[in-house]
Amino acid sequence: MSAKLSILRAGPSMTLQDMGRPGQLALGLSRGGAADRLALAEGAALLGQPADTLALEMAALGGEFQANEDMRIALTGAPMRATIDGEAVVWNASHRLPAGARLSIGAATAGCYGYLHVGGGFAADPFLGAASAHLAAGIGTLLQDGDTLAIGTDVGSETNRMIEPEDRFHGGAVRLTPSFQTHLFGKAELDRLQAEPLHRAARANRMGVALTPQGGGYHIEGGRNVVSEIVLPGDIQITGDGMPFVLMVECQTTGGYPRIGTVLPCDLPRVAQAPAGAELRFRFVDLEEAVDMERAEAKRRAELGKHCRPLIRDPRLMRDLLSYNLIGGVVAGNEDIEGV
Amino acid sequence: MTYPTPEFPMIRTGGVDGLLISFGDKLSEPANRAALAFRAAVEAEGWDGVEETSSTLVSCFVRFDPLHLPHDVLQAKVETLLKRRNWFDAVLPEGRRFWRIPTVYGTDLAPQLAQAAAAAGMSEAEAVTSLSDARVRVQALGFSPGQPYLGELPEVWDIPRQSQLTDRVPQGALVVAIRQFVLFGVSAPTGWQHVGQTAINLFQPKADEPILLRPGDEVQFIATDAASLNNMRSDPDGGATYEMIK
Repeated sequence: MSAKLSILRAGPSMTLQDMGRPGQLALGLSRGGAADRLALAEGAALLGQPADTLALEMAALGGEFQANEDMRIALTGAPMRATIDGEAVVWNASHRLPAGARLSIGAATAGCYGYLHVGGGFAADPFLGAASAHLAAGIGTLLQDGDTLAIGTDVGSETNRMIEPEDRFHGGAVRLTPSFQTHLFGKAELDRLQAEPLHRAARANRMGVALTPQGGGYHIEGGRNVVSEIVLPGDIQITGDGMPFVLMVECQTTGGYPRIGTVLPCDLPRVAQAPAGAELRFRFVDLEEAVDMERAEAKRRAELGKHCRPLIRDPRLMRDLLSYNLIGGVVAGNEDIEGV
Repeated sequence: MTYPTPEFPMIRTGGVDGLLISFGDKLSEPANRAALAFRAAVEAEGWDGVEETSSTLVSCFVRFDPLHLPHDVLQAKVETLLKRRNWFDAVLPEGRRFWRIPTVYGTDLAPQLAQAAAAAGMSEAEAVTSLSDARVRVQALGFSPGQPYLGELPEVWDIPRQSQLTDRVPQGALVVAIRQFVLFGVSAPTGWQHVGQTAINLFQPKADEPILLRPGDEVQFIATDAASLNNMRSDPDGGATYEMIK
């Protein structure tokens, strides 16, 4: 018998995601993949798997699942209330899911995108080198009640490990580099972008995240006649009404609206995970600085496995750990909580 | 932040891992040919650390790994390659095809024909003749998979994009503005005017070649009627046919 996970009840926006399909811009296909790539890497580290292992992404709300045989799972990204057969389990940790047990995942208590990882990874047919859904391009599907997901061979055995996530579920500071069209904006508007708080608006999905600037729309000098140009995930597009829109992993590949700046790849999870109303503060950094930041982040992600530690089983401490899941807005004990 | 003065070719960075080499700030035939040819040349160089290239209407885009290929090193390589020749004189790529794509102009399938014709100063009948006679070229793919920007249309079609977006045009919609067509690969909002409707699937994930049109291909949008188009919907190519350009 091969391992399978049944979806008894699917949340409204659940898809399978990996690191996406970089390299297809020439076809007009954006990279896609997990909205929070750090969460994908954290789950893979907990289970001792490659970072691009296919996992289940849940926007805002989880679902109910049942395994046909014993399997390992890990839970990362936006913390959600989770139970196995009614017993609360810790987020940002790996667990054993026994055959027939019910895994129930509720609403996010902070952030937007939660991830369910399985030992061996979900197995799906690759297309152009990846198996992730890219709904905007018509690749893959939304997962539904009653779907059964095939699972690859699990070569690991460790469970009950936990990882301290970087807090990125409440907005906060986001670093930018210039985009192709940053120079079209006047100094006053670039200064304002770095001085005023911007709030995440209601409209947000895997394609883009709308922002509301405190001081109203941004002015573009002669920016309405810009020739369509390459769009990159992280670009902050200023639409006709002056409103900023951060383009995310499933964005279009070209666009005619000018971009005021581009979010550093290592800060994009913070934008993806910012809940509606959260405050984001932007700051331009030099290219050299940006490269150093990306280098540090790549190193940190490669070493995530070293930061996993045994999940404490002391009943008194367990209660504290579980409280991370049960109290809205608190993810771990020691991070700064910004902008709620 | 410093930027070069706007002379072309112009090199700009975008994000931490992108370099854009532009051959103009608005669409022109030489700039488009230069972008296509320069992208092919960068591909042929096979520089270590370059992760992908693509071309847009007037630019070649290079995405690279800045942790292994520093910005200044790549920029120097690009500058050397730019000096190799006059890229504006480049010829179009080999293996180009001429497509005929059946299209219903106007009717409730393409409700903005009348306003687009008015903007171009024509009757609806004149507009259909003008648009269906035009042989346009795929200048770039982008926005959604396999979706082409096509041009250049006669000068009367230098009509602006709408200030208000149309909520949604269907997949296969042919839209017009600024002397160009866009043929939509997905259903999406747009500021361009919806003048024709086709049944073509530009992106066929399960096919051996998932993308139908390529930059350099030429296209004529042949007028047909709604009943005929409906019959073509069972064909993934929507009745489109092509011959090689010799």
